Amino acid sequence: MEEIQGNSQIRLLTEDNLRLDGRKLDELRPIKLEVGVLSRADGSAYIEQGKSKILAAVYGPRELHPRHLAQPDEALLQCIYRMATFSVDERKSPAPSRRETELSKVITESLAPAVFLKYFPRASIDVYIQVIQADGGTRCSSITAASLALADAGIPLRDLVAACAAGKIDGKIALDLSDIEDKNGQADLPVAIMPRKKLTTLLQMDGFMTKEEFIEAYELAVKGCQKIYEMQREVLIQKYINIQDEVSEESSEQNRGG
Amino acid sequence: MPHSLISEIETKYIRSLVSKEKRVDSRRLNDIRPITIECGIVEKANGSARVTLGNTKVIVGVKAEIGTPYPDTPNSGVITCAAEFIPMASPYFEPGPPNEEAVELARVVDRGIRESKMVDLEKLCIIPNEKVWILFVDIYIIDHAGNLFDASSLAAVSALLTTKIPRTEVEDGKVKTLDERTSLPINNIPISLTFAKIDDQLCVDPILEEENVMDCRITIVYDVNNNLVAMQKGERGALTTQDIYKAVDLAETMTKEIREKYISPILKQEGS
Amino acid sequence: MALHFKNRQIVVPGDLLAEGAYKPGDGTFREGNRIYSSVVGLAEVKGKIVQVVAFEGAYTPKAGDVVIGKVVDVKMTSWRIDIKSPYQAIMHPVNVFERRLDPLKDDLRRYFDVGDTLVAKIMSFDRTRAPLLTTKERGLGKLQGGYLVKMLPTKIPRLIGRRGSMINMIKKETGCQIIIGQNGIVWVSGKSFEDEERVIKAIRQIEREAHTSGLTDRVRDLIHK
Repeated sequence: MEEIQGNSQIRLLTEDNLRLDGRKLDELRPIKLEVGVLSRADGSAYIEQGKSKILAAVYGPRELHPRHLAQPDEALLQCIYRMATFSVDERKSPAPSRRETELSKVITESLAPAVFLKYFPRASIDVYIQVIQADGGTRCSSITAASLALADAGIPLRDLVAACAAGKIDGKIALDLSDIEDKNGQADLPVAIMPRKKLTTLLQMDGFMTKEEFIEAYELAVKGCQKIYEMQREVLIQKYINIQDEVSEESSEQNRGG
Repeated sequence: MPHSLISEIETKYIRSLVSKEKRVDSRRLNDIRPITIECGIVEKANGSARVTLGNTKVIVGVKAEIGTPYPDTPNSGVITCAAEFIPMASPYFEPGPPNEEAVELARVVDRGIRESKMVDLEKLCIIPNEKVWILFVDIYIIDHAGNLFDASSLAAVSALLTTKIPRTEVEDGKVKTLDERTSLPINNIPISLTFAKIDDQLCVDPILEEENVMDCRITIVYDVNNNLVAMQKGERGALTTQDIYKAVDLAETMTKEIREKYISPILKQEGS
Repeated sequence: MALHFKNRQIVVPGDLLAEGAYKPGDGTFREGNRIYSSVVGLAEVKGKIVQVVAFEGAYTPKAGDVVIGKVVDVKMTSWRIDIKSPYQAIMHPVNVFERRLDPLKDDLRRYFDVGDTLVAKIMSFDRTRAPLLTTKERGLGKLQGGYLVKMLPTKIPRLIGRRGSMINMIKKETGCQIIIGQNGIVWVSGKSFEDEERVIKAIRQIEREAHTSGLTDRVRDLIHK
């Protein structure tokens, strides 16, 4: 198996600006969302975005141990982001890496502004994120799923949080980079927003961009977040509509004597 | 180890049901919960499987790497199993390295695979003494609703049955991996069955509530030729001789049924 | 003054519900003169109050609620009780007995021990201190026998039904004794396991279909099967 070096040794765009997976520059990868997928967690969600597959689960609000970590006036929100050993091309050691530690922190900080932490002083809200397969953009997919899991758990939120990355590949600004684009591209910009008031709760940039390129990428990422937000709303509502539909189907079957 | 402080009422209720040969989820003593197996869910892994056993959910991924063999088995590939009890699976799992329960589970799953010689490790040798295939079987518990042993074992076995590794060529003492892929050399298929002992009864495939109340558990692993390849008694109670013989008999029949119902379809799909 | 939803519409956190002279009820919050949903649930307006009936959520203790809990610790002068809420509850002997207890002579364990289940009332709760329980009223105290069913606290009102219609129907049809804790724990005791099983199945169905209509009839049919 060849190891692909960073820094554009391969072409990421065709002459028509089509990407390796056939997408246009401003197209999202196919996304699948599900909520309520685990039986023990208070809330849970699953996301597939391109080849990335991620589970998010929430426990809380619950009593916080050890007691000395508890905050007197609000809940403690803690997100733990971990990747499965088999989630990447070369097996990853099960021990947490520095990257996972940093991502856990920025993910926590992207969700905290949306949560009414003051409703639950001294309690903890734990968000667990497990990457089953990684193919670029996992921190954004994780935030999208974690936000759904928080809503699924009934934790009061100011807004959902939707996340999406944009970047620069072969000199052009593109939406939702895959792993190969991230490794061979020139910049990556993950963004998370609370869509109602367009408040940004995650912003990281790594690479090389002019200010104009940054603005173009940031606005593209925000557009991506808004599309993802519509999907989040849909999956939360659909869960209950499905039950309503099932129930009315059963009753009309019974009425028909079927 | 009970995973929560269980109330008197729950303990008494489950025990009284079991004494009437009934169970709290309406199963009979020898009923297994519904099982689903999905293979190949992680394309980046060499092999993978997701198993649901009732509400219990486990994902196993297999990663194959080329490395050096152990000095005492220089012509043999290596299989190593590990388990992660991740915190999302239960309110009582904490983040951190595998604890004694996770280690025990991984070792019991490993034992079944190793003692049955499921994978022909000699055929995984590429250059004797120097280069062999190393298979990492990583078990992730994602939803704990009881009987992690059987769910994990089934997932590990299914993942290995559908694992693909590149063919290799040796040129001038160097190993080249080709694009062509092949399945693992499989000789046997271990299937496990776990029982919970509650008072005088043995309950097959215990759910979480039963595990919180049980005196102890026993896991029994059979191979394709009805040989026993692994057994493990766990938790702090005790088994009578009758318990053991009863479990061994029941497991012989029931592992055959599991094989028929759940493993044969996988083998058919793989074209064996 | 405007309402931005249809009655009993499913809404998600951040959805705009109303503007103007409305008051924010459960499951909502106000920003400026606008009211938004904070949870996933059914949006309703009752007079001037806009609220969202949440589908899921942890139990937040409320004074006056009857709850079912499990004793998890016994201290010198109090019991610690798990009421499946982010806040562990405390109970003092003075709220259990008429006479005063002598901590040197009376062992609290003789009355309620670790693992015991009890039905109690919340005397008080504010977020700076633990919820305080009492068993001094009639119908409160230790529960023996029977079975405990855990359900989502947000569905308890549906299990009770309007003026008790659902729970009374279930009690009548199954002949079981049922005590409901607002914290999502239900105690069921019947003459046979089959009767108790019918109650458990009914509860599961209510939990799943709480937001649908015609539920009482469907549950009655289920019990009869």
